[in-house]
Amino acid sequence: MANIFKKTKYVKMNVVSKQEAPSVPSGLWVKCNNCGEVIYKEDFHSNLKICGSCEKHFRLDSSTRISMVLDEDSFEPMDEDLQTRNVLDFPGYDKKIKGLKESTHLNEGVVTGTGAIDGNKVAFGVMDSRFMMGSMGAVVGEKITRLIEKATEESLPLIIFTASGGARMQEGIISLMQLAKTSAALSRFNDAGGLYITVLTDPTSGGVTASFAMLGDIILAEPGTFIGFAGPRVIMQTIKQELPEGFQRAEFLKEHGFVDKIVARAEIKETLSQLLMLHGF
Amino acid sequence: MKAWDRVLNARNVNRPLSSDYIKALFDDFVELHGDRLYKDDAAIIGGIATLGGMPVTVIAQEKGKNLKEKVRRNFGSPNPEGYRKSLRLMKQAEKFGRPIITLVDTQGAYCGLGAEERGQGEAIARNLMEMSSLKVPIITIVIGEGGSGGALALAVADRVWMLENAIYSILSPEGFASILYKDSTKAKEAAEVMKLTAQDLYELDVIEKIIEEPGAGAHESFEAIALNITALLIEEISVLKAMPIEDMLEERYARYRKFL
Ligand SMILES: [Zn+2]
Repeated sequence: MANIFKKTKYVKMNVVSKQEAPSVPSGLWVKCNNCGEVIYKEDFHSNLKICGSCEKHFRLDSSTRISMVLDEDSFEPMDEDLQTRNVLDFPGYDKKIKGLKESTHLNEGVVTGTGAIDGNKVAFGVMDSRFMMGSMGAVVGEKITRLIEKATEESLPLIIFTASGGARMQEGIISLMQLAKTSAALSRFNDAGGLYITVLTDPTSGGVTASFAMLGDIILAEPGTFIGFAGPRVIMQTIKQELPEGFQRAEFLKEHGFVDKIVARAEIKETLSQLLMLHGF
Repeated sequence: MKAWDRVLNARNVNRPLSSDYIKALFDDFVELHGDRLYKDDAAIIGGIATLGGMPVTVIAQEKGKNLKEKVRRNFGSPNPEGYRKSLRLMKQAEKFGRPIITLVDTQGAYCGLGAEERGQGEAIARNLMEMSSLKVPIITIVIGEGGSGGALALAVADRVWMLENAIYSILSPEGFASILYKDSTKAKEAAEVMKLTAQDLYELDVIEKIIEEPGAGAHESFEAIALNITALLIEEISVLKAMPIEDMLEERYARYRKFL
């Protein structure tokens, strides 16, 4: 963590790539698709996947997120054995899940468990966009719900990092029911007086926005994060006009009153720690 | 019958709408307007009425009868203010101990610029959370289309029923086909795999009851259907009212908790 702010500048190349992930000109270098900066790969990773030039926050995998936010070796995972079901018998779905399990070493699109932030035990969930864009089917909904229930039972503060394309289409109506399931669990957590902080990361959309993402007592977001209910393409098709600059980005949501605070990646742990302290933890 | 035929029936231009059901099922209806925050959303009709002499709160998505009405009602696709109006009226029902009856008929929550600016996701999420613990009975009937979170935001209930030709799904068949087949014209194929019919959803335990539509559909047998629904609602509300509130809420929680 010592060299988070170390920047190594190289020649600027004004080529904009359309890919979400920074492209890789050679094995040792990555190029930012936002500003075109070519960055030494090691610096990019030690800088938590933030472009040192334009500060764009690229997507993080769940294990990097855990090591970034939780105290070292404090994380204890839960419910890693839940099995995804192909409730619609959707062709290719089982195979897709199997392949993703192998390539990501995750059992599904969210990692949940308990851990500590500066010594305070928390219930912690982090979605992983590498696993079917963090979409919520029954297993994601179940893991989130069990996490909320554990936080309720043990009076733990609850922190969830969202990153999701929304409900998982391949599980049809069962995915839709997860919106109600997670929201109902949060209602009980609320009644028990629990503290719930969400950190919205890129992208947070659809059925996740329309359920637990937007129900935090405090809603934080990383800079530039896409946050929306409908996707921009669907909106453009519906209203037949172009969308304004910055539409559905974290800064836009803050301006419209739906995000409490935008927090740069390197300051998230400190912010969470401070909020816990302010709630008596 | 193919699932796609149900889709067509659910969208039949002559199919009775919420406004028809409100007239047929209830007496003394007083419509109440507005979310007290921004505006009144005509895509959702809300108010107080009597059902067999008992005051109830009614909240319903309305697509509109003719083109002018459809435009005014945004074709039944609510904006956030519609969901916030609904929540206001539900909280009001809770305060006065009135059971709530919701009628679902929407292709989905509106996907517009203003809807995003005003927090469509937040509005839906809040309804889901609040409805799960409202201390009065809630019964939902899907009368036509139940599209996505926009339908669910009125359908966190103690009982969810569907008309025989209604559909209820994660997304419209067109949207589903566009995402998973990369081709929105394959809606017909999508409908067959989505499990969106009343029969499918009954088997999946998503709904408790299928309300029969004699003849070719609700447009041909509306009177009989309305009489049947009135009787069913009166009976079921008395069952729910007889339950201790804690038990009713426990059952409502379990109703959604079970989906794994
Ligand atoms: Zn950059």
